[in-house]
Amino acid sequence: MSAADMSSFKPASAIRLRVPYALLTLIALLIVWQVAVMVARLPDYLLPSPATIITSLYDLSGLLVYHTWITLVEVVLGFIVAFLVAVPLATLICYSKLFERSVYPLIVGSQTIPKVAIAPLLLAAFGYGLVPKVTIVALMAFFPMVINTVVGLRSVSQEMIYLSQSMGASPMQQFFRFRMPGALPSMFAGMKMASVLAVIGAIVAEFVGSNNGLGYVITVAGSNFRMDQQFAAIVVLSALGTVIFWIIGLIERRALPWHKPTQDGGH
Amino acid sequence: MLNSTRSGNFISIEGVSKTFPTRKGNVLALSQIDLGIKPGEFVSIVGPSGCGKSTLLMILAGLIPSSGGVVHVNGRDITAPSADIGIVFQRDVLLEWRTALENIVLQAEIRKMDKKAATERAMQLLDMVGLKGFENAFPHELSGGMRQRVSICRALLHEPPLVVMDEPFGALDALTRDQLQLDLLKMWQKSGMTVVFITHSISEAVFLSDRVVVMSPRPGRIEEIIDIDLPRPRRLSMRETPKFAGYAHQVTSIFKTLGVLREGDDE
Ligand SMILES: Nc1ncnc2c1ncn2[C@@H]1O[C@H](COP(=O)(O)OP(=O)(O)OP(=O)(O)O)[C@@H](O)[C@H]1O
Ligand SMILES: [Mg+2]
Repeated sequence: MSAADMSSFKPASAIRLRVPYALLTLIALLIVWQVAVMVARLPDYLLPSPATIITSLYDLSGLLVYHTWITLVEVVLGFIVAFLVAVPLATLICYSKLFERSVYPLIVGSQTIPKVAIAPLLLAAFGYGLVPKVTIVALMAFFPMVINTVVGLRSVSQEMIYLSQSMGASPMQQFFRFRMPGALPSMFAGMKMASVLAVIGAIVAEFVGSNNGLGYVITVAGSNFRMDQQFAAIVVLSALGTVIFWIIGLIERRALPWHKPTQDGGH
Repeated sequence: MLNSTRSGNFISIEGVSKTFPTRKGNVLALSQIDLGIKPGEFVSIVGPSGCGKSTLLMILAGLIPSSGGVVHVNGRDITAPSADIGIVFQRDVLLEWRTALENIVLQAEIRKMDKKAATERAMQLLDMVGLKGFENAFPHELSGGMRQRVSICRALLHEPPLVVMDEPFGALDALTRDQLQLDLLKMWQKSGMTVVFITHSISEAVFLSDRVVVMSPRPGRIEEIIDIDLPRPRRLSMRETPKFAGYAHQVTSIFKTLGVLREGDDE
């Protein structure tokens, strides 16, 4: 009966209702999980129930806030570093044949190196401080930013360049008035991808060597067989990632009111 | 008002040719083009697809170099992108991140013209092409015909002595096309500018022009130049006159002789 109701919805209302649907699905899954754990009488160290996890979240809230802050700082700093390196580099790659031929292939090639594998090396080199973690975050976030900025800057049409020339635009004007704004949608798509990778980078760095951050909480909880605490940290972690992603999306919509939402690839 | 060259021509194209190097060897796009255009003249160029019309226009605007020959506009050698020009491209080439008005005023911003006066003129132009009330719309909110109208306004904002248009109405429906032809003629007559207009449509060329330049298939040569001796201002009803039909027939026969048309109808 309800299925019949749903099929009569117009597409627009279906889209507007997408968020509640996702929420309902999540709640349904949690209920199934809770019931399954209770029926099977699974011990907490194998699979904690959602209720246990929520209790742990509450008990650990002070601790989790502190460690979330640590991870957030690593992510934000690494993200900024990646941005500050990626955008100028992408501009150089776009304007200089030499850079395109010499640096670009190396950047692409370097992506085959698993960052997890170099994390111990960086930690050995820089110690346990903030620097190696920020470096790993930056390395993770860097690639999608460079690639998407290059793609965006290159997407300007030949006619657009001709137009700027016929107006007598200086190279600076050509870049900032014609090329750069057109690259922004692609750059934002890159930043969204980068934000997800940045969080992964921070956690990996904290796994390998750290005495704080959400990655550290997960490691310690794991070694104490506190699955409930581990899950609590993971919940906070995914909330952190989601919020960062959402904030970038918000900035994008504010900064690019001209951008058709349908073109928003939804990365 | 305008300087003329020795021959009284505003534009003189002498022996211009163009070869494009491609992987399959050189492509001769234009061969030995000679054309003089008087100040304030409205000249159309018709020719089959790929015969080099756009190429000729880009050479005239100084946006691509010719392989031989010389181009003078207003007594000056064209060797670099010319700024004393307004260009309407085959595609509208609007900046998606600027509103209709901002797209037009961009012309003034880059040229460092008075912003207030430019805005006023832009509003007048928008009014003239029937886009009053759409000044704050973004390009993606406009139809194809409306977008092309904005790009025409942009090309005219700085009152250039020369306006070149590359099939500006090619993608429009017949009704919009008729209206824009009339609007364009009105603006041309008011301003005294010289217009070089490329089109696929024989009747459009005859309707608008003082002279119609007929080009051969690639390598593009000028096959014939036809004086259109119809009174100004042109009226839509003139298209039904025997004289108009005679001119259209003349162009059509040239294309038939060239083998471009194998028994077709007018247009
Ligand atoms: N950058 C380029 N490199 C190589 N060949 C080119 C280039 N630009 C144009 N050509 C060739 O030159 C010829 C003329 O092209 P052009 O765009 O001037 O034609 P056109 O008359 O404007 O055609 P249409 O009416 O379809 O727009 C074509 O055969 C095309 O293949
Ligand atoms: Mg063309």
